[in-house]
Amino acid sequence: MTLVQKLITVAICVAGTMFTRFLPFAVFHGKSELPSWVDYLGKVLPLALFAFLVVYCLKDVTPLAGSHGIPEAISIVVVAALYEWRGNTLVSMAAGTALYMVLVQLVFV
Amino acid sequence: MPRETKNTIARAFRAAFPLTLPVLAGYFFLGMSYGLYMHSLGFSWLWPTLTAAFVYGGSLEFVLGSMLCAQFNPVTTAVMAVAVQLRHTFYAITQLGRYRGNGWKTFFLVFGMSDETFAITSSTPAPEGVDEGWFMLWITWLDQAYWIVGSAAGGIFGQLMAFPTKGLSFVMTALFVVIFLGAWDKAQDRRPAHIGLVCSVVCLIVLGPSNFMVPAMACMTAALLVMRELDARAARAQAPEGGDAQ
Repeated sequence: MTLVQKLITVAICVAGTMFTRFLPFAVFHGKSELPSWVDYLGKVLPLALFAFLVVYCLKDVTPLAGSHGIPEAISIVVVAALYEWRGNTLVSMAAGTALYMVLVQLVFV
Repeated sequence: MPRETKNTIARAFRAAFPLTLPVLAGYFFLGMSYGLYMHSLGFSWLWPTLTAAFVYGGSLEFVLGSMLCAQFNPVTTAVMAVAVQLRHTFYAITQLGRYRGNGWKTFFLVFGMSDETFAITSSTPAPEGVDEGWFMLWITWLDQAYWIVGSAAGGIFGQLMAFPTKGLSFVMTALFVVIFLGAWDKAQDRRPAHIGLVCSVVCLIVLGPSNFMVPAMACMTAALLVMRELDARAARAQAPEGGDAQ
């Protein structure tokens, strides 16, 4: 690829990304009231998407091979338990991540 | 700049920064690995830095790296870019109400959308007395800055990394678990969580890890809209036409 072709390739990726992010805003541009189903999705879809994002992070875990997802399971239980117990976001994340690093570097190698 | 505005901006920054700390850890590390990957493909540090700033989407940037080493194919590139990033459209739908009406800030809020930024801004209302537009903008900008700086650092110093970083990216999983739990605890109606979980897991099992994302999001959106319709019907059946029921 020439330099110009490389730059065009990057520009296409920028444009494609912008398209996906701006599309809904462009569709409802200039309308002061959003349709009620959009308001509804704004209320209920985030919770469904948060569940999706957890699954998304675990998509490459192989339950039937390798470490069987055990380090992930242990660390998630620790994150969740610490969060429900102390309610401190940063502490639960730091502890869970440190534990996970120890597990994959020293225990499940 | 008038003092009032400056205070508003500073207050929003102080409220936003602590929320982005886990993203700092995760993005800096993932950005580093991206910069290192581009370095290994023979690109100068400018390439990962600029793509980090303007494409700003982890998975697409990795794909872009390999596309830049293949034959020039603009159509495939365009299809790939939209397909990989389509989940942002779903984030944008949920944020329409909050992001609109913030003037020039709306552009940067939408431009700098990411999985993590979406998760934080949509789960955290601005604290009392903090300007919501600036609060969301700082979260967006800080996250994006971590990613750019990490990518540049990876491109420049990548091979010098001696710290055993394996497993550090789990901080993202931990972030989403905590955000999910926070929203779960607050939710009066938890059916969206069940729907989200079932659609994601089923699509993952059926379609596999590289193709399940958009179908899963489409399924949960459709399921939620069906749920809304069923709820409305049930409500209508319970309360017959008002006024005539004498």
